Amino acid sequence: MGSPGLFSLVPLIVFLPVIGLLVNMAFGGWMSEKAIGWLASAASGLAFVVAALLGFALWTGSGEAVVVRFADWIHIGDLNAAWNFRVDTLSVLMMLVVSGVGTLIHIYAIGYMHEDVRFKNDVARYRRFFVFMNLFIAMMMILVSGDSYLMLFVGWEGVGLCSFLLIGFWYDMDTLGRPSFANSNAARKAFITNRIGDFGFLIAGFTMFWWFKDLSFAGVFTQAGHIASVAPGVILFITLFLLVGVAGKSAQLPLYVWLPDAMAGPTPVSALIHAATMVTAGVYLVARSAPLYTLVPQAQATVALVGGITALFAATIAVGQYDIKKVLAYSTISQLGFMVAAVGMGAFVAGMFHLVTHAFFKALLFLSAGSVILGLERGHHHLAYHGKSEISAEAAPSAAPLAGTPPHDEQGNSSYEEVFDPADMRNMGGLRKQMPVTFWLYLIGALALAGIFPLAGFWSKDEILTDAFHKFPAVYWLLTIAAFLTAFYMGRQVWMVFFGKPRHAAAAQAEESPKVITVPLMILAALAVLGGVLNLPGVHSLTLWLEHTIVGVEAGQFNFLVAGLSTLLALVAIALSWMLYGRQPLAPAEDQKDPLKKLLGPLFTVFERKYWVDEVYWAVFVNRYVDIARFLANVIDGRFWHDWFHEKVIAGTYNWLSRTVLDLRVDQQFIDAIANGLGELTKRASSGLRRLQNGFVRSYALAVLAGVVIILGYLILK
Amino acid sequence: MAHTIPLSWYLAISAALFAMGALGVLIRRNPLIIFMSVELMLNAANLAFVAFARSFGVLTGQIFVFFVMTVSAAEVAVGLALIIIIFRNKHSIDVDLMNSLKG
Repeated sequence: MGSPGLFSLVPLIVFLPVIGLLVNMAFGGWMSEKAIGWLASAASGLAFVVAALLGFALWTGSGEAVVVRFADWIHIGDLNAAWNFRVDTLSVLMMLVVSGVGTLIHIYAIGYMHEDVRFKNDVARYRRFFVFMNLFIAMMMILVSGDSYLMLFVGWEGVGLCSFLLIGFWYDMDTLGRPSFANSNAARKAFITNRIGDFGFLIAGFTMFWWFKDLSFAGVFTQAGHIASVAPGVILFITLFLLVGVAGKSAQLPLYVWLPDAMAGPTPVSALIHAATMVTAGVYLVARSAPLYTLVPQAQATVALVGGITALFAATIAVGQYDIKKVLAYSTISQLGFMVAAVGMGAFVAGMFHLVTHAFFKALLFLSAGSVILGLERGHHHLAYHGKSEISAEAAPSAAPLAGTPPHDEQGNSSYEEVFDPADMRNMGGLRKQMPVTFWLYLIGALALAGIFPLAGFWSKDEILTDAFHKFPAVYWLLTIAAFLTAFYMGRQVWMVFFGKPRHAAAAQAEESPKVITVPLMILAALAVLGGVLNLPGVHSLTLWLEHTIVGVEAGQFNFLVAGLSTLLALVAIALSWMLYGRQPLAPAEDQKDPLKKLLGPLFTVFERKYWVDEVYWAVFVNRYVDIARFLANVIDGRFWHDWFHEKVIAGTYNWLSRTVLDLRVDQQFIDAIANGLGELTKRASSGLRRLQNGFVRSYALAVLAGVVIILGYLILK
Repeated sequence: MAHTIPLSWYLAISAALFAMGALGVLIRRNPLIIFMSVELMLNAANLAFVAFARSFGVLTGQIFVFFVMTVSAAEVAVGLALIIIIFRNKHSIDVDLMNSLKG
């Protein structure tokens, strides 16, 4: 053990963010926005420092897992659930990603939320945002650092809660700021869909406890081989139900539907929770459960297929989206499919590698998209409050009239406030001139995601593809087509957003974001460029790092055929996107057709409408559920339970009983008789006795004398 | 001490006094007379105390008589005050007229 003292620091990774959120909750009301934001960032940043120290301790030591006992939680019969921290190379990798990317996003959010709360006209929610963000970091840390499936599940539910709270952060409006339940509905959708996945996780957990009598990782994994030989189906059962949990949390088929809606949350939330960290919890879970999955090849194949199909499926939807964040959301689902496929086929290192690099470049993309949205908001704000003259001076030179040029009334106020969507790519165009820094950052992220050499995405995606090529050809082809589409939709997005001419007056007026927003992006961009060095072919640092934790990982071989093919496909896709979107920019008309729609026709509509999955789910599940609920409410509860059972049976019987039996017989004849009889008795007794009280003092005296005589007489004569 | 009057004589006088007192209380309607009768009863008791004390040669009975006298003095003081108040209200001191508590 290199430095055992360092390992005892591990509870701090949970408690530093908790302290941050408590301070902000208690004293945030008296603190400035800057102080709140920097405090939250510092809490997350210190957690990163602790995670780095833990990593250092592991690196200088043997690298073997260290379990830090922290607290006893539940101890009933066989169940001995303690809150222990597990420090090993896998958990430290996750801690570093969560706290590192998380800190950058916290800093970004200082600037982003500053403007967002003003565009949405509710400055008071600034503090709440950072409280939720710190809570998320704490919960994610519990998830990755727990030493048992139970603690993992605690964190798993905790991040689900934070996801719910942050998706519904602007719960009383929709993404355009109009009063609506849209955002809170998105939050509920995410929560309920995750609940279905969590149910699978719970089933797996109960089964695990039933057979293993233990939920700690070490206890489960050491018995796994024995159980597998005694009861072969059990491990398969557990792993498949864990997959249900993974599908919920990591947005895989068929439970992915919540993630696109989750874009209702503020952009830093989309970046942190719904791209970089929380949604990768499923990947982490499979990697963590590697000893179980490797025992059952059927489960591995299922996981890999689910991942591969999701990767392709979501990539096709991403091609047909117009919302800048929705494209990224479907891209995230697709990339999560890559990771799940990788860990499913046993390429745990490749999956974790892609998880890390994806955290870098997808956070970068989301945050840059947030910067773009803010830029358009600023331009829109500028238009709405600064009259007509500037627009005609600056934006009019373009020949065609701009789509969003506001109709003005006499006062010079614009009335198009209601319809402008700053996240719609059809409202953008030409932003590379207005927002050059954001453009370059976005370009780096897009190229990294597209898998262009030598950016981070190239190395990690290529490693997955190579592993798939050797282990699972079917999944390899799914992923390769998905990778092609990835490059295509990212190219489409870049051309649509940053090239061509502004298609909306607000895009022409867009302004670059301040440094507090762009500097974290630059750091992320650097990571997106250099992330590949984590696990370069031939060096395999990440493989060597993770082999202490995941038994039997092998360094992937670099395959020039695979790498060459995927790079070639990516370049072709980008060229194709340029042909369609770059060469001839979209016209600034509101209802212009997507060039791809002309090419693919109805197929594009299928992509654009997301295969009608939401509608099918509504028709098959939600409406049926509503029908059942309505039936239960009206017929079972209303007519049977309320009208018949309560009204007729219980109330009717009671009324009959009380009226005819209790009232007439028991009360009037029996109880009244007792009461009246007692009263009559008292009356008669008193009317006799009152004669004694005749008011003559001498007769009282005589009574006293008589009493004394009687008592004395008795005492004498007895 | 040959010609000592026997104890029973004293007790007989005491009993006679007490009976007279009690009879006076019961049959007279003038409260002043009733008080005098009460004094008779008290002094009948006093006589019995003193007689017993003398007969048994202890002082306790003698001392007790002083207490009785004190109490009777206090009683008369309170009683006379009550009679005055009643007279002011009713312009009469006939005890049979004081029957407000008649049931």
